[in-house]
Amino acid sequence: MATGTQPPPASTGVRGPSRAAIAPRHLRTDRWWLAPAATAAGLLAFIVYSTWRAFANDDYYAAPYVSPFYSPCLAENCAPMRSGPNWEIFGSWWGLSPALLILIFPLGFRLTCYYYRKAYYRGFWASPPACAVAEPHAKYSGETRFPLILQNIHRYFFYAAVPVAGILTYDTVLAFRDEHYAWGHMGLGSLIFLVNIVLIWAYTLSCHSCRHIIGGRLRHFSKHPVRYRLWDWAGRLNGRHMQLAWASLISVAVSDFYVYLLASGAFDDPRFF
Amino acid sequence: MSTGTDTDPGAGTGTSSAATGGGTGTSASASAYEAKFRVWRGDADGGELKDFAVEVNDGEVVLDIIHRLQATQAADLAVRWNCKAGKCGSCSAEINGRPRLMCMTRMSVFSREETITVTPLRAFPVIRDLVTDVSFNYTKAREVPSFVPPPGVAAGEYRMQQVDVDRSQEFRKCIECFLCQDTCHVVRDHEENKAAFAGPRFLMRVAELDMHPLDAAAESGLDRKKTAQDEHGLGYCNITKCCTEVCPEHIKITDNALIPLKERAVDRKYDPLVWLGNKIRRRGE
Repeated sequence: MATGTQPPPASTGVRGPSRAAIAPRHLRTDRWWLAPAATAAGLLAFIVYSTWRAFANDDYYAAPYVSPFYSPCLAENCAPMRSGPNWEIFGSWWGLSPALLILIFPLGFRLTCYYYRKAYYRGFWASPPACAVAEPHAKYSGETRFPLILQNIHRYFFYAAVPVAGILTYDTVLAFRDEHYAWGHMGLGSLIFLVNIVLIWAYTLSCHSCRHIIGGRLRHFSKHPVRYRLWDWAGRLNGRHMQLAWASLISVAVSDFYVYLLASGAFDDPRFF
Repeated sequence: MSTGTDTDPGAGTGTSSAATGGGTGTSASASAYEAKFRVWRGDADGGELKDFAVEVNDGEVVLDIIHRLQATQAADLAVRWNCKAGKCGSCSAEINGRPRLMCMTRMSVFSREETITVTPLRAFPVIRDLVTDVSFNYTKAREVPSFVPPPGVAAGEYRMQQVDVDRSQEFRKCIECFLCQDTCHVVRDHEENKAAFAGPRFLMRVAELDMHPLDAAAESGLDRKKTAQDEHGLGYCNITKCCTEVCPEHIKITDNALIPLKERAVDRKYDPLVWLGNKIRRRGE
């Protein structure tokens, strides 16, 4: 990515000596700034909210619901959750919020995601801000060197995101209990968790790395009909990767906020049965 | 910026079909109107945007208007064009700042009041008016090693399953208009990157060959995944998808070519699990 933020010198880019002599950095007349501005605002809102909730270390469990930000809970200082995802791998020495132990994986998955890369390169780094709008950086090396060459580890975060999604699926199953842990009940929270986990899985399976690992790396689909079929399904989901990225981002925040409302006593979970 | 006024008061009455390259001269119809155009005129030594008022009729595209301008007001206006059907890729330009084919940009997408700005492609050296020197692309095309025939199979005996060539065929729709090359900020905004970066069109070519079921490059010692990174600058791409946005053939360049190529590069360089799997099971073919 760019290593400088000064306006490009006159000798390069669209104002270079061999290019058509046009002074403005772009001639677009549409509202090209709207999409990157909205993207940046949306991502910023999530960053602020999730930072607050991740460090809060409170109000993340209201039986039978556990916030997806705190699941699985890997330290001893977690709230006790009956049959819930309490695995005290980090023991008692961990004194910070247990959310910080697990959020690194979904955070890394989304940070290196091909869609989010486009979103923040455009929205935050203006590289470029929009198509055919000159970027404000003097130099550009893309993802060829540290630190951005680390974007290539996306698939490792995909590998980690799969078990995390599996644990959130387990949490969703547990959500079909009531506050006394009796099975066979459903509340508004169960519904929110259900929608969230469907979106989380759809986003995870629509990942470009997933699509590649499933079958994209093959050269002869005809020799691997099952993987071809799976690749085709992943490809269809992949076509909606951006929408799923946003939908799952919003749904995970909504799920967490719902648990916060219940745990803080601001709201009672309406029960369907 | 220029506000030059080369406008001919008699503009908008072009009637010579022959002079306009065929079919663009018209008789005035009830729905005709006069559009405001700003067209870049100049060459490598300099130039400016000049204002024109030109007649527009129903169903016309920007290239029709440029041709009428040529026929009635600016006979020496240089413009490259050929098929007028969006298949030759010749009439690439920037219309209101967006890389587009002039022959596929309908005038009906603009309001009658707005001024339509037409400039040459801004990523390439200008020759004159709307014509640029796109030889960068031909240089990059020559740098991509061509298809390597499979050993022991005669040219007429190639047999491939349709399912194996579907992916590559999407990329074969490319008309080489070079709009993706023009809009890619890696070279558009950084001339110095042109030596190291092939651009989306030719990285797509590498992907096409790497996915080709009969390409025997690997057997001949040519690792296209490696050359994509080391020689064609795959790492410069930060997948911001402008190439996909401007493609007139609607090829999903980023999702179907560049990202899969990046993933293939990851396979061989950054993923020890895949490397180990390949060693043990000789997979990947």
